[in-house]
Amino acid sequence: MPSDPSAIRIAQVRLLIHEIVTTRLDEMDCPECFEHMDYFADLILNGASTAGVMPRLQEHLERCVHCREEFEALLVAVRGLQ
Amino acid sequence: MSERSNEEWLRDLSEPGPRREAALNDLRELLVRGLGYALAKYQSVTEADIEDFAQDAVLKILDALDTFRGEARLTTWANKIAVHVAFTELRRRRWKDVSLEQMIEMPDGEPIPRTWVDPAAGTEQQVLQHELLEVVRQVIAEELTDRQRQALVAARIQGVPLAELARRMDTSRNALYKLLFDARQRLQRRLLSKGLSKDDILAAFGD
Repeated sequence: MPSDPSAIRIAQVRLLIHEIVTTRLDEMDCPECFEHMDYFADLILNGASTAGVMPRLQEHLERCVHCREEFEALLVAVRGLQ
Repeated sequence: MSERSNEEWLRDLSEPGPRREAALNDLRELLVRGLGYALAKYQSVTEADIEDFAQDAVLKILDALDTFRGEARLTTWANKIAVHVAFTELRRRRWKDVSLEQMIEMPDGEPIPRTWVDPAAGTEQQVLQHELLEVVRQVIAEELTDRQRQALVAARIQGVPLAELARRMDTSRNALYKLLFDARQRLQRRLLSKGLSKDDILAAFGD
């Protein structure tokens, strides 16, 4: 995350527009993302290709900073334990 | 620490006795180590915090054990719960003294200030960005309900986590998600009514 406030603002507006444009009726919400993120983390940690895998989850992670923060922390935790 | 398969973890954690005690100790130690890696970059987090998070997570994991679907490794699933416990608490601390009024405050009087400029964009692109942002401002100001506007500003402009915002707005996280979803859907309809495709709009903002 950049520390410059105007850079933060630019990133936020981009994210807001991204989020608006990619809004879909069948999009994944945070609880569903949480339910599946361990499986997706294991795929990544096992070195599997994630292209086209669980697209709704990947879209949610792009959109939701808080789920992404937890998902990245989970990868760091499990990688560290390996 | 013994390496267990998912089945062995489930068996050891479910049966009362010394095997369960050993499994609980191993699980707690695993989560402490995992959280140590996960939270290393957060300087405000102490070792005592990590012990507390791991302890809370162990209780949640035991409660949820029969919902474990076995798709992931049990240790990954358990770390997921521990990370969630930790971030929920860290976010609560970060926002605990911030009122709803502060969360929905717009420093420039507008959700997206009119002075907003993307320095990486060319002149034509900047003109298009301004046009699109004007639509967003107009919808936020005139078409969203008060609660949708409050939720959008707090969650998306100020970056307030949904769980913290839901508490202040006296609603559930799910209801708040729906409120934001409806607001985004309306904004999307109005942006697309300008005749641009989704890809055009994303490209205008460098996506």
